[in-house]
Amino acid sequence: MSLVNLPPKPGGFIPRDRTWQPDGLTPTYKTSVRRSPQAPLLSFPSTLSEETSPVFGHHLIGPLDNDLILNYAQPGQSAIGPRIIVHGRVLDELGRGVAGALVEFWQANAGGRYRHKKESYQAALDPNFGGCGRTITGADGSYEFRTIQPGPYPWPNGMNDWRPAHIHFSLFGHGFAQRLITQMYFEGDPLIKRCPIVGVLKSQEAVDALTAPLDMHQSVPMDCLAYKFDMVLRGQRQTYFENRKEGL
Amino acid sequence: MVQKLHDYLRESPSQTAGPYVHIGCTPNFTGIDIYGGDLGTSMKTGPVQGTEITIKGTVFDGMGAPLRDAMIEIWQPDAAGLFPSANETRGTPDPNFTGWGRSPGDMETGEFTFDTVKPGAVPYPDGRMQAPHITAWIVARGINIGLHTRIYFDDEQVANAADPVLSRIEHQNRVPTLLAKKEAAGLYRFDIHLQGPAETIFFDI
Repeated sequence: MSLVNLPPKPGGFIPRDRTWQPDGLTPTYKTSVRRSPQAPLLSFPSTLSEETSPVFGHHLIGPLDNDLILNYAQPGQSAIGPRIIVHGRVLDELGRGVAGALVEFWQANAGGRYRHKKESYQAALDPNFGGCGRTITGADGSYEFRTIQPGPYPWPNGMNDWRPAHIHFSLFGHGFAQRLITQMYFEGDPLIKRCPIVGVLKSQEAVDALTAPLDMHQSVPMDCLAYKFDMVLRGQRQTYFENRKEGL
Repeated sequence: MVQKLHDYLRESPSQTAGPYVHIGCTPNFTGIDIYGGDLGTSMKTGPVQGTEITIKGTVFDGMGAPLRDAMIEIWQPDAAGLFPSANETRGTPDPNFTGWGRSPGDMETGEFTFDTVKPGAVPYPDGRMQAPHITAWIVARGINIGLHTRIYFDDEQVANAADPVLSRIEHQNRVPTLLAKKEAAGLYRFDIHLQGPAETIFFDI
């Protein structure tokens, strides 16, 4: 009789740690007060609906999609502002690189102004800066893009609230349960600790997890600085043992 | 003392998508002409199998005001219950169906629209069949962490009654918040209420 084991199968996703993630209702971020569910969330284990995810092939990505300095600029021109590379890896909670993950990012220009018709901040638009980019992670989960460092800007919440410089990230993994949107902050920004949106995070450790250090190793001399920003998506158990009812 | 679980990482904390999520995820919708079009605008790349349907809806805040800065994504199997996913191992899904849609909502009204197909049924992890449903994910300014919910169908009474998720909801009077209402042949409405007496059931999944 053979004693060969079956190969392990992907199990469910590790439950999201709601004591670590921000709550929905965070009154110092005023908009959350009327946009947060009041009933408890319904918890149950992930199913195929959450353990599968759309596929985005590398063919999707154009050559300038990860270069915000050039992807909206007129030929021969470029966006204004401090030139930076942002790079890092998309990992899961088990420390494995997430390959083939679509990463989308958007940000204000160097003056803190977004290219959006509902945006009313008086800082000037940059005609050569659109403010969005995207890429797909490599086999080890790595990603990289080039942009200009965004500026801080005021926003209507308290009487004088300012957002620290930040870049928004949207992430897909291999399961829709991993879907995540977050923001990256820059090492040393004094506005981080004053921001009510950063303030929804529950610990300094959580703030640190979203703060990218300056990375001189990847800085290009006489060209641009670099910041390193790793992101972590939920992990999926690998198991020989499935929780199935007898006979199924 | 015990060994440390030091190889494990913590999920990145979520932050709100903010008021300008459309710049990043549907830039062409905001007037930024890039990428040759926005992702998720169409869920069909050719003739699809099954029943084609349209789902319309609006996201409302706790004061009953429609959100006009939200982004809604849906994810679902094809008409046979197969996901167009790299990790679908049960068969070959409809090659002309992406399963994934993304909508910024109407610029003025906030109403979202998805032209899709009625999903097939998919088993629960324990082998029981679930009722046909679509996974939905909502982000916006003021939402600190994306909200997961499910769109079931009000014309699937028998399957809904046997669904392992719907049947374990304690307050059964809230189940209709998860049902898309059939308004005409092939047309369903699924409004999402973030708060209030009609608050949609959101999932921690």
